[in-house]
Amino acid sequence: MGSIAIRNVRKAYGKNAVVHGVDLEIASGEFIVVLGPSGCGKSTLLRMIAGLEEISSGEIAIDGRVVNKLEPRERGCAMVFQNYALYPHMSVGENIGYALKVAGVPKAERLRRVAETAKIVGLEAFLDRKPAALSGGQRQRVAMGRAIVREPGVFLFDEPLSNLDAKLRVAMRAEIRRLHRRLGATSVFVTHDQIEAMTLADRLIVMNGGRVEQVGTPAEVYNRPATRFVAGFVGSPAMNLMEGVVDAHDVFIYDQTRRVALPPSLAPAGARVALGVRAEAARLVPAGTEGSLDAVVDFVEELGAGRVVHTDLDGLSFAVAIAETTTLKAGDAVGIRIAPQDVHLYSAESGLRIDGKAAAPAMAAN
Amino acid sequence: MVERTPIFNAICHLILFVGLLTALLPFAVVIIAATHDIKTVNIVPMPLMPGHDFMANIHEAWVRADLGRKLFNSVIFATAVACGKVILSAMAAFSIVYFRFPGRSLIFWAIFVTLMLPLEVRIVPTYAVAANVLAPFQALLDVTGVTWLAAHLAGLQIKLQWGLLNSYPGLVLPLVATATGTFLYRQFYLTVPEELAEASKMDGSGPLRFFWDVLIPLSRSNMIALFTIMFVWAWNQYLWPLLVTTDPNFGIAVTELRSLIPSEFGLPDWNVAMAGTLLIMTPPLIVVILMQRWFVRGLISTEK
Ligand SMILES: Nc1ncnc2c1ncn2[C@@H]1O[C@H](COP(=O)(O)OP(=O)(O)O)[C@@H](O)[C@H]1O
Ligand SMILES: [Mg+2]
Repeated sequence: MGSIAIRNVRKAYGKNAVVHGVDLEIASGEFIVVLGPSGCGKSTLLRMIAGLEEISSGEIAIDGRVVNKLEPRERGCAMVFQNYALYPHMSVGENIGYALKVAGVPKAERLRRVAETAKIVGLEAFLDRKPAALSGGQRQRVAMGRAIVREPGVFLFDEPLSNLDAKLRVAMRAEIRRLHRRLGATSVFVTHDQIEAMTLADRLIVMNGGRVEQVGTPAEVYNRPATRFVAGFVGSPAMNLMEGVVDAHDVFIYDQTRRVALPPSLAPAGARVALGVRAEAARLVPAGTEGSLDAVVDFVEELGAGRVVHTDLDGLSFAVAIAETTTLKAGDAVGIRIAPQDVHLYSAESGLRIDGKAAAPAMAAN
Repeated sequence: MVERTPIFNAICHLILFVGLLTALLPFAVVIIAATHDIKTVNIVPMPLMPGHDFMANIHEAWVRADLGRKLFNSVIFATAVACGKVILSAMAAFSIVYFRFPGRSLIFWAIFVTLMLPLEVRIVPTYAVAANVLAPFQALLDVTGVTWLAAHLAGLQIKLQWGLLNSYPGLVLPLVATATGTFLYRQFYLTVPEELAEASKMDGSGPLRFFWDVLIPLSRSNMIALFTIMFVWAWNQYLWPLLVTTDPNFGIAVTELRSLIPSEFGLPDWNVAMAGTLLIMTPPLIVVILMQRWFVRGLISTEK
């Protein structure tokens, strides 16, 4: 139960198109995270699945049944909202049990299921409180309880953790993961926070400007970003990107003089490309080392477990992550070495990944 | 910010006290006048020591103005107007805020315009309609020629007639249909987060269920505030009840007060008039006192 098929789904508000044809197959029991910058249409997509927003064209099927024309209650989805959307005049117990009450579940059974749910989300002691008398994390739990109690086939989460402080967010993340393992319901989780996305997802869907940029496991998306957008968006610090051309000897030339060796015959000579290197993959070497790029240290960001050296490459900022401590300071000259196998290459025109011989479009949509 | 010095406080209190006196003095005079006998009340200036005839005056006013019947009518009338307004405006605002239907903005503006047309302005047409509720339809039929056709073709005389004069509905209905309450509710509904409506949709409740289970409980203090204001407002209506009720059985207390006021050459028994006044202003006072706690909360805060 709970498989979702999204077929060429579009959404437009009047003339303003915000989702441009999304195709997705979500298997039953999967934990899917939709990741994208704010305004990219994540919520709109989620709300179309929920039935809160009309589908302009295309179709959505849940468990093989097309739900385009069905009311939210007929779709078997439960939703957790960003601002929790708890009923302020109802107690925690009433909030959790409201869906059952509407469905006409007899009181005795309702109370039993509410108690059960409250136990799952750790709210047994608070059943009689009003939402106003709860902390942010507790309200979050009520919202989750309200979704769980209906035993839905599909959970929909719209940035449910973004109102919590950092520590609680980490705790709730783990809890959501645990809950998913326990209940096994299909989950679609929308967020703009990539750490949340990476840690929660079975499969990640990266969206931008109303389009799906890449679908894959977090590792796939991190290791082989399918488009230049994904490359720049996923990962912290963001991947370093430079624009230039490829010459006849498999060398990337940036700014006329700076050269980076590429793996053999990755891209045709003369191709205009963007070269990407993760901060973790680049190495710092003494200034002037053969085959390195000369740069000047801008500042060093201390992260505790490691640090990120932000350098200035003729006006382009370039980050290098290092594990060991460093005495580098602003103004020091350094060299940056990029190994050919760590290079990600993207077409400057289409933004698609260039992957060896045949430039295979790795995009999921279009 | 506001300075908090003893002198400033004292001045503030003084001003407030003067204001309070100004507001309460007329009441005091009414109460004192209601305790005098007819001779004392006509002494100039009227003695400010209370007399001993309070109960007698009250009794006299009660009997002479038939206040039992009239107060009963007033209570029915004001309660019906207030309830009608609360219910009607809650529903009207609900439909305007939560539904996208054709002609929505037209209806919204139609309601808005009635704010500029209080009953006093449109009292003549309203009276005509109250005299025959179906008159507008009759007029339509006449204008479009249907009446004429029916008369000539079928020999039928179309004459629609349904009068509301001298009845409770006639008293109440025209006062219920105004926009103030609708706007109060609209403003409140707009402060209710949209996600609440969506959450209840996800929980499987339809619009009516949402209205009943969520909006009404949330707007309880607004409702009580509106009820209180409208009860007092309806209680004090004069012109409309005077027009529609020629039958004393449907007269209300406020219009009846006139019969207690001494005429130019009659007995100047102001003590009885004042006793009647006291009786008539008691019920709204009770309503305000009972509702006061909620009333204030409804006006100053939106319970979230
Ligand atoms: N009701 C609406 N009317 C018009 N435009 C809307 C509406 N809701 C959302 N949009 C637009 O659709 C785009 C996507 O919104 P949304 O799905 O909420 O983005 P996000 O990815 O941040 O959740 C935004 O540009 C937003 O302005
Ligand atoms: Mg959103």
